[in-house]
Amino acid sequence: MPGESNLNGSIAIRTENLCRYYTMGEALIRAVDGISVQIASGEFVALLGTSGSGKSSLLNLIAGLDRPTSGTVVVQKSDLAKFSREELAKYRLHTVGMVFQSFNLIPSMTLLENVELPLRFAEVDRGKREGLAKQALERVGLSARLRHRPTELSGGEQQRASLARALINQPQFLLADEPTGNLDSQTGTEIMNFIREFNETLGMTIIMVTHERALAERYASRMIFLADGKLIGDQSNAVSTSTGPSHGGGL
Amino acid sequence: MKTYDMAELAVRNLRESILRNSLTTVGISVGVASLVAMLSLGIGLQQLAGRRLQKSGLFDTVVVTSRRDLRGFNREQEENGPAPAESPALNEDARQKIAQLPNVLEAYPDIRFITELHYADKPYLTMMAGLPFSAKSNDAFDGMQGSFFSSETTPEVILQKSFAAQLLGKTPKAGSEEASVTDLAKPLLGKQLTMRYAERTATPSTSQAEASNSAGTAYSVISREVTLKIVGVCDLDPDSMRGQARARVFLPLKLAQNLHVMQPSDLRDSTNMAGGTPAFTTVEVHVKSPTQVQTVEDAIKKMGFNTFSIVDATRSLRQFFAVLDLFLGIFGSLALAVASIGIINTLVMAILERRREIGIMKAIGASDGDVKGLFFAEAGVMGVFGGVVGVALGWTIGRVINLGTNVYLKRQHFPPEQIWFVPWWLVLGAIGFAIVVSLLSGLYPASRAARLDPVQALRYE
Repeated sequence: MPGESNLNGSIAIRTENLCRYYTMGEALIRAVDGISVQIASGEFVALLGTSGSGKSSLLNLIAGLDRPTSGTVVVQKSDLAKFSREELAKYRLHTVGMVFQSFNLIPSMTLLENVELPLRFAEVDRGKREGLAKQALERVGLSARLRHRPTELSGGEQQRASLARALINQPQFLLADEPTGNLDSQTGTEIMNFIREFNETLGMTIIMVTHERALAERYASRMIFLADGKLIGDQSNAVSTSTGPSHGGGL
Repeated sequence: MKTYDMAELAVRNLRESILRNSLTTVGISVGVASLVAMLSLGIGLQQLAGRRLQKSGLFDTVVVTSRRDLRGFNREQEENGPAPAESPALNEDARQKIAQLPNVLEAYPDIRFITELHYADKPYLTMMAGLPFSAKSNDAFDGMQGSFFSSETTPEVILQKSFAAQLLGKTPKAGSEEASVTDLAKPLLGKQLTMRYAERTATPSTSQAEASNSAGTAYSVISREVTLKIVGVCDLDPDSMRGQARARVFLPLKLAQNLHVMQPSDLRDSTNMAGGTPAFTTVEVHVKSPTQVQTVEDAIKKMGFNTFSIVDATRSLRQFFAVLDLFLGIFGSLALAVASIGIINTLVMAILERRREIGIMKAIGASDGDVKGLFFAEAGVMGVFGGVVGVALGWTIGRVINLGTNVYLKRQHFPPEQIWFVPWWLVLGAIGFAIVVSLLSGLYPASRAARLDPVQALRYE
């Protein structure tokens, strides 16, 4: 069943019987409980489910921020579970870009510095960094806000900056955890259009966590449904590929 | 992350909570300052003592005595060495041998005698001593009025200040200020003294038989007079430990030897088996540097003489200063230890405060090493600033102490002294120490930050 219709590209991410358990006091919480899924490169996948369904935990495992209790996450033929901490950091730096609901920009830094930060970790030459960061901010329409701090900007602007930061190291995957959760619908649409654009023009594989089915239907090419850490549904979704204003889907 | 980027980020992070980090840095500065102030005081005092002792000429001098003398300075030597009666005589031959030992600058007999001097037709009984010409370059004669002897044999004398006062009838009364050397020298320089003394001359042996019968040395004593010109007045303390200074009037040593003034020890020569040459009571040996005193002493002991030097005294003095430095250093370091707890506290607080930031950095690709390095760099930067400011502060404290001390010394009519000294190694060492202590303090917070779980850190609000 898992996403047969959309496997037109090579498999980029494959999880096998992936589990992530937490102990909270004496209780064992099965955040991710035996999920096996394959994601092809270039797909736009939405992870859907109520809160506590394990969608964010699955995203964190794919992002290399967390390690599975058992099972495997194979990204481009290497198992993340076998990576050292150092290798995981490298993976997060070069292979994935992340966007969060709460933007997660560093408040003490200007937008330019925030976007430049992954380049510092990647040890890119000082001379090149500023140019690359400016370019990325320009792409999301923030060239006028380079020296502003995150707190001086609107939510939409902050999320655009965090998109620029996620793109700066040219990753293959964009992992977005409720990217529009803190935004009004208009700004949310703006952000989603950027994400769709990256998917279409840059060929980035997108995995987006959301609890809004309408949003998923409008943008994602495939929807994976989770409940209690288990995969309960996986369906492809015909979406209009235009980057223009939405038509159809959503309320 | 590159080191430069790390340092740059560290500085900007520190600037973000400027008050707390400044206070922590001030804590380090105070620690370093107290360390620098304490140690520079210790070093300064040591140098002061060293200068004083060097001036006294005690540390490069070995005093040689014959074992034939009844009293020795060292009981052990007497027990181990040859029996007193069999040991060699301390005569001119022995002096020359000693003078030829390696590292010996000069060896000269200690010639001193009590005699009568006439000045302005009044007799004065006093102790006179022969002064080697080498004493000219000795800073012990600093502040002398007039000049040194013009040659080794000219009949000239240098007066000790108190004797000069006596000649002028200016004996200081208790409590009153002493007259200055300059005032005393003015009326006396160029004046003449007459010295009456007993000359020891070899008795021409009347016959071979008589010579072989005599058990000791025979000599005659003739009363003579010599006129001496006053060329200098000096401020040496006659009661100081320095051998040469223990007289009130000095005349050139060669002259004193040539005059063959009868010395107290000569009486003993008449009964012992020393033979014809007169023996010296003591010979003073000047060594090139204090460090060679021990070797020279050993060599002289091998020749069969008793020796005495103050090297043992310096050793215990050095030990005293080493202990003093250690304690001052410990007290200084205590302040630095308190400061390092401040660093640990500041950085641990920073981790709590910046937990989310650490999570973000990890999410966007920072490795454990990057995070650790960043916190480590922050500790290091605080150490550098704290060290530099601390050294400056310590230096200032030292100067103030020095200034205060000199104001006090001036009030007490003492010359100013440098009791505080900051050598280069202390400046660099203190800054280095501050950095090392800061880095050590940063070790725990940095590794704690690096171990932070990014998922939990990101959840933290």
